[in-house]
Amino acid sequence: MWNYTDKVKEHFFNPKNAGALDEANAVGEVGSITCGDALKLMMKVNPDSQVIEDAKFQTFGCGSAIASSSALTEMIIGKTVDEALAVTNRDIAEYLGGLPPEKMHCSVMGAEALRAAIANFKGEEWVDDHEEGELVCKCFGIDAAMIERAVTVNSLTTLEEVTHYTKAGGSCQTCHEKIEEVLEAVLAKTGALAPPKSHAPGTVGLDAIKPLAPKAEAAPAKLTNVQRMQKIMFAIEELRPQIQRDGGDVELVDIDGKDIYVRLTGACSGCSQSAGTMMGVQAKLVEALGEFVRVKPASLLPVGA
Amino acid sequence: MTAQGIYLDNNATTRVDPEVLAEMLPLFTEQFGNPSSMHGFGAAVGGKIEWARKQVQALLGAAHDSEIVFTSGGTESDNTAILSVLEAYPKKKSIVTSVVEHPAVLALCDYLEKKRGYTVHRIGVDNRGNLDLDAYKAALGPDVAIVSIMWANNETGTIFPIEELAQLAKAAGAVFHTDAVQAVGKIPMTLATSAVDMLSLSGHKLHAPKGIGALYVKRGLRFRPMLRGGHQERSRRAGTENAPGIVGLGAAAQLALMHMTDENTRVKALRDKLEQAILAAVPNCFVTGNPANRLPNTCNVAFEYIEGEAILLLLNEAGIAASSGSACTSGSLEPSHVMRAMGVPYTAAHGATRFSLSRETTEEEIDRVIAVVPGIIAKLRSLSPYWSQAGAPKEFAPVYS
Repeated sequence: MWNYTDKVKEHFFNPKNAGALDEANAVGEVGSITCGDALKLMMKVNPDSQVIEDAKFQTFGCGSAIASSSALTEMIIGKTVDEALAVTNRDIAEYLGGLPPEKMHCSVMGAEALRAAIANFKGEEWVDDHEEGELVCKCFGIDAAMIERAVTVNSLTTLEEVTHYTKAGGSCQTCHEKIEEVLEAVLAKTGALAPPKSHAPGTVGLDAIKPLAPKAEAAPAKLTNVQRMQKIMFAIEELRPQIQRDGGDVELVDIDGKDIYVRLTGACSGCSQSAGTMMGVQAKLVEALGEFVRVKPASLLPVGA
Repeated sequence: MTAQGIYLDNNATTRVDPEVLAEMLPLFTEQFGNPSSMHGFGAAVGGKIEWARKQVQALLGAAHDSEIVFTSGGTESDNTAILSVLEAYPKKKSIVTSVVEHPAVLALCDYLEKKRGYTVHRIGVDNRGNLDLDAYKAALGPDVAIVSIMWANNETGTIFPIEELAQLAKAAGAVFHTDAVQAVGKIPMTLATSAVDMLSLSGHKLHAPKGIGALYVKRGLRFRPMLRGGHQERSRRAGTENAPGIVGLGAAAQLALMHMTDENTRVKALRDKLEQAILAAVPNCFVTGNPANRLPNTCNVAFEYIEGEAILLLLNEAGIAASSGSACTSGSLEPSHVMRAMGVPYTAAHGATRFSLSRETTEEEIDRVIAVVPGIIAKLRSLSPYWSQAGAPKEFAPVYS
């Protein structure tokens, strides 16, 4: 069973704005029955003010696809077309309180339907170019297609390089066998590779995943201990509001080299999703520091340390 | 109806029978000895294990109790069987299996093909899930070390003609293994007079606990253990015995034999009632697999134009547990390999929903499911862009495919 948030369940069991919108003047249709999910987004846009006055959806798909569609309509009604264009798939996922990594593509589908509908309204042709493959790294939500592109575009040859460029395999490290398989497959057919394409606007593509900063020894200016500590503290402060919204909190306890000890409190302690929260904290810190660190619960702090 | 709801996912796992649990409990407390030990604590447990072995022997109709090797479950049994034969016949480099096997067999075969240089023949099925016998016969040859074909399919319940397949394999000089995880306890078996060489079974599919299973190895068959270590299971599966699990499996085997007729009469009738009622009440749905030749407890209905995970979530909300071959439930992007192998169109494969009953299922529960399902399907279709307001499929061709 998926760990859906209450918000996802709410939008699945009682979807908002479901059904056909007869007076729609902006329609976006994406997905396919082959992939297992498809979304038709219908919007009524005021031609003068450019405001989206109403939006409805019809979705073929799983619980999170329906919830993402429902959330999308709620998010865009009342916005102007240009404001709506700023909505990304991450925004949809965040609105829903997060989606399991396997289900992030549902939010991508929402963002794409929105772009398709706006293109339809403006009389432009919208071409989708996003492709997705088997999810390889569950910690960071990286699929095979993304790894393939990273390997091709950047001529990567080793597992370590793939991790540096895509983060895939950088956390729990259980997917290394799969990454190596993808790597081998790409290397085996080098030469027959097409030039990289740009991804659909508003979705997360390869360019959103910058190579991590070179390792400490190569870094031109190594952080001092104090600078590093401040970065960690700042990153955790940034995360707190999000966690507090769920009734929990996170507190930095100690930093021991690559091990960063935190304490989850409030609703987080004992919550079945606390492992996921820890993972999120780790991902945030890895991003902030540009190096791999492990986030551990304070209970694992070595005695006497 | 239990407090948690109506459980129709017995092909995934079953509830441990209270009688099974009662047999197991003393093994955790008083009879905790190691059967390999020389003292009385161990001897008592050893006796229980041999009793359990005889129950499994009886359920399978095997000639000797020493043909039963206890393992951790279906996956270990499947892996042990295939790897043992490949090691015992190192000169043969081909494997025959089917496209609809469980991942315990398919993923291992993929690996052996990719990394160990084996040739794998995956036999296809028709749109009813019946094995392509001509392709099967053509694949058999002197290079084939092992044939591994499931007895009954977990998703559709479709039964393969195992005895015929085993005879053909034997004539071609190949060892015949069958993954009978879904069939044991539902189909009467007499392995003593069968050409089947090896058979996998799993405890938790027949009201024993998870983590226990068995591999049947016909007497005289060359065998190479996967786990080496102690002398347990006559050195065919090292490691201190999972005594409570083994005793649980023994008790479950005894009960399964007792309830075999019930499964094939009362449970089968409930399944048929459920299926016919759904087909009558819901438009655009059909039964997958071979309705004329399948397990008595399994019913797999494909609902067109809607997606399985959404069906399951709404069923769950109504207190009904079922299962789906939809891509979304597994986190993959493709619908079940079984549905694809049968050529079920994508419009229906994503909505394939499996109801699997057990001897604990009651008529009252089935009536409740019959009352709830049509409304759930209608609700999801009202959300689907492939379904028009008029209650019929419509044209919908979105941008990418």
